[in-house]
Amino acid sequence: MTSLQSEPFVINIGPQHPSTHGVFRLRLTMDGEKITEADMVMGYLHRSMEKLAEERTYTQNIPFTDRTDYLSAMTGNLAYVLAVERLMEVEVPERAKWLRMIMAELQRIASHAMAVGIFANDTGAWQTPVMHMFRDREKILDLFEMACGARLTLNYMRIGGVSRDIPPEWIPQAKKLLKDLPKKFAEYEDLLLTNEIIVARSRGIGVLTPDQAIAHSVSGPMLRGSGVAWDIRKADPYAAYDKVDFDVAVGTNGDVYDRFVVRMAEMRQSLRILEQALEMMPEGPVHARLGAATVQPGGQSIAPLAYRPPVGEAYARIESPRGEIGYYIVSDGSPAPFRFHIRSPSFINLTPLALMTVGSTVADAVVILGSVDIVVGEVDR
Amino acid sequence: MGLLAMLLEGEWYDFGDLAEQIEDWGAPDEAAYVLATLVATVVILLWAVLSVLAFIWIERRVVALMQNRKGPNRVGPAGLLQPVADALKLLMKEAITTAGADRILFWAAPIIIFVPTLAIFAIFPWGENMVLADLNVGVLFLLAIAGINTPAVFLAGWSSNNKYALLGSMRTIAMLISYEIIQVLALLAPVLFVSSMRMADIVSWQEDYVWIVLIQPLGLLAYIIAGAVEMNRSPADNAEAESEIVAGYHTEYGGIKFGFFYQGEYLAGFAIAAAVVTLYFGGWTLFGLEEWIPGWSIFLGKLYTIFFIYIWSRGTLPRLRIDQLMGFAWKFLLPLTIANVLIVGAEVLIWRENELSSWEALPAIAVVNLALGVVLFAGWARFLGHGKGTQAASGAILTQEIGTVHFKPAVGTEAGS
Repeated sequence: MTSLQSEPFVINIGPQHPSTHGVFRLRLTMDGEKITEADMVMGYLHRSMEKLAEERTYTQNIPFTDRTDYLSAMTGNLAYVLAVERLMEVEVPERAKWLRMIMAELQRIASHAMAVGIFANDTGAWQTPVMHMFRDREKILDLFEMACGARLTLNYMRIGGVSRDIPPEWIPQAKKLLKDLPKKFAEYEDLLLTNEIIVARSRGIGVLTPDQAIAHSVSGPMLRGSGVAWDIRKADPYAAYDKVDFDVAVGTNGDVYDRFVVRMAEMRQSLRILEQALEMMPEGPVHARLGAATVQPGGQSIAPLAYRPPVGEAYARIESPRGEIGYYIVSDGSPAPFRFHIRSPSFINLTPLALMTVGSTVADAVVILGSVDIVVGEVDR
Repeated sequence: MGLLAMLLEGEWYDFGDLAEQIEDWGAPDEAAYVLATLVATVVILLWAVLSVLAFIWIERRVVALMQNRKGPNRVGPAGLLQPVADALKLLMKEAITTAGADRILFWAAPIIIFVPTLAIFAIFPWGENMVLADLNVGVLFLLAIAGINTPAVFLAGWSSNNKYALLGSMRTIAMLISYEIIQVLALLAPVLFVSSMRMADIVSWQEDYVWIVLIQPLGLLAYIIAGAVEMNRSPADNAEAESEIVAGYHTEYGGIKFGFFYQGEYLAGFAIAAAVVTLYFGGWTLFGLEEWIPGWSIFLGKLYTIFFIYIWSRGTLPRLRIDQLMGFAWKFLLPLTIANVLIVGAEVLIWRENELSSWEALPAIAVVNLALGVVLFAGWARFLGHGKGTQAASGAILTQEIGTVHFKPAVGTEAGS
C-alpha cells in the first residue's frame, strides 16, 4: 500500500452531522478511508456560561450547571453546590447528602444508558439499542419529575441541601424500578456485549494506554477503560459515598469496547449503591439553615438568592458519568462569584481524540468519538 | 369469453393465455403479443409502486415495534397513508442540483438506478406461464442487470460534488464488485442442479424434485448475505452509513430524485427476494397448493417473507466496517462458495454418471450438503480465527482499590472475519 499515492482528502465530520452528538466538528484529513490527521474544532455551542455566571448570584447560577452537561444535570448541580458549600463552610444535613447521592446515581444510570445506546447507534445499529435505553431512562426521568418537577434541566440541588424532599410515593416507585432494571441490564449485556459485530467494531479500536490517559488528564469511564482504577467517589468521597459499598469497574484493554463494558458495569454498580441508599437513608431536614453569611446588609430578612460567601476560593470535584467534573469558584465577598470555572470532563476527555483516531478509518473515528461520550454543551460551555 | 369468466378461471393472470385470448378476439398475431406484454408491464409497474409504498409502511411499523415505538400512525387509518403523503411531499419538493454538480450525470443517476431494477422483474415466473420475458439465460440476465446498480451509484456519488457522497460511492464500488462474485458463485449451484438458466425451468425442476434450499443451505446463506450488501441493508449499509457519511452517495439528492433512489433500493430488495424465492424456494409452487390459489399470490407471499428477513436485520444488527465486510467476502464467503460449487459439481456428476434415480440421489445430496455446509462454515470460521474476538470480550474487572492499574491488552485482537 505504501507505493499507492493518493491525494489527501479533507472531510468534515460536523458541525452538522448525524453522529457528532451535537455541534462538534472533526476535521479529518484522509488517505482513502484512512485518517492521517484529525483536528477538532470547538465552540459552536459556546454560550459563555462562565462569564454569565459572574453576573449572577450563587443560587441563580445553579440552572447554568444543568445546561452544561444536559444529559447529567444532577451531577452538574451537585459539583457546583459542593464548591459553594466548601466556600461558605456549610454543613449539609445527612438526608440531603443521601438524596444527592441517590439522584446522582440515578443520573449516572440514565446518562450511561444514553452513552451505551448512542455508541451502538454509532456502530450502525440503527436506533434500536438507543430506543431500548430510552425506555429505561424515561423511568428514571419520571422519578426526577416526581422529585423536582423537571425531567432534563433539573435544578434540584441547592446550596445547603436539595430544593425539596422527595414525596412519600417516590421510594416505592424507585424500588420497583430497581427491581426491574437488572433484568433489562441482563438483556442488554446479552445482546450487546457478545454481539459479534459490536466486538469486531470496537475491540482494539481507539486504544489509549494508561500513561497516555493520565498524561492527557482523562477521567471517568475513559480512564477506567484504560485500566486505571480511579474514581472520585472512592478517592475523595462526597455526599454519602463513604457509607455505601460498591466496586470500581475497570477495563483491561483501553479500547472502545472496554469503555463500553465499563459503562455497562457501572450501571450495575449504581444499582448496588441505590439499593443500599434507599434502605439506609435517614429521616430529617433536607436543607441546612444557613448562617450569618447570608444576611443581607442593612438588616433585611434572609434572602436565599443572595448569599455572600467570604472572600476566598474553592474547588469541588465529583465523579460525573463522564468523568471528573470540577467547579472552581473565587469569591470577592459580593453576591456573585468573581470567577466561575468549570473543569468539564467532556472537554478534557476529547484531548486525546487525535491520538486515538489517526491511523484508523472514518467509521472508527465515529465510534471512538461515541466512546468518549461527549456532551457538546459541556465541551463548549 | 367475458372478463369475469377469465378472472374466475385464473387465466387473466396468465400473460401467454391473455395473448391467445386477444388473438381469439380477432387481433393480428403481433398486436396480441404486444398488447399482452404492455398489460403485463403495466401490472408489474403498478405492483412495484404499490408494493414499495406498502412496504415502507410495513418496515416503519415493524422496526418501530422492535424499538418500543409506535411508528407512523397519524395519516390515515393506522398511518397507512403515510407513504402516500411522503411520496406526494417528495414529488412536490423543488428539484435542487447542487453547485458544482455534474448536471447530466446527477440527473441520470436516479433513473439509471431505477429502470434496470424494474427490468429484473420481467424474468421471474409469477405463475405458470406467467413470465414476461422467458429468457433462456435468466440467471445471467439477473446478475447482469443487478450489476448496473454499481455504476449508477458511482455516478450519483461522483456527480453530486460532495465528499460524503464520494466516499459512499467508493465504498459501494468496492463492496458490490466483491459481493457480485459471491452472488455468481452462489447462483451457480442451483444452475448446476437444474442444468438450465431459465427461471421457469428452475421452478419446474423444484416442482418435480425438491426445493433447492434443502440441497443448498450454504449457497442460500451466501446469497442472502450478498443480497444484503447488494441492496445496502444493515449489517452492510456502508454505502449510506448514516452515522458515518450522512447518507452516502445520495446525500445531495432531494425531492423525487431521492424518491427514485429510495424506491430503487426497495425494488432491488424485492428483486433479491424474488431471486431467492425462484431459485431456492420453489417460485410460485407450494406443494400442490398452486392448483387452488393463483401462483402469483404464492410467489408474492414467499417474496415478502424473504424480504422481511432484511427488515428484521435492519432493526437488529449493527454495521460492519468496510474492511471487515470486504474481508468477510474475500476470506470467508469466497472460499466457501467456491468449495460449494465444487461439491455440487461433483454431486451432479456422480448422480448423472451412475444414473441414480432422484429418490436415491437427492436425500443423500441434502444430507451431505447440510453436513458439509455446517462443517465448512464452522471449520473455516475457526481457521480464520473466529471466536477469539468474542472470547476476548470479557467483562470489566471490579475492584475496591483506587490507583491500581489493570492494563493488559489482549493479544490477537485482530479477528479474522
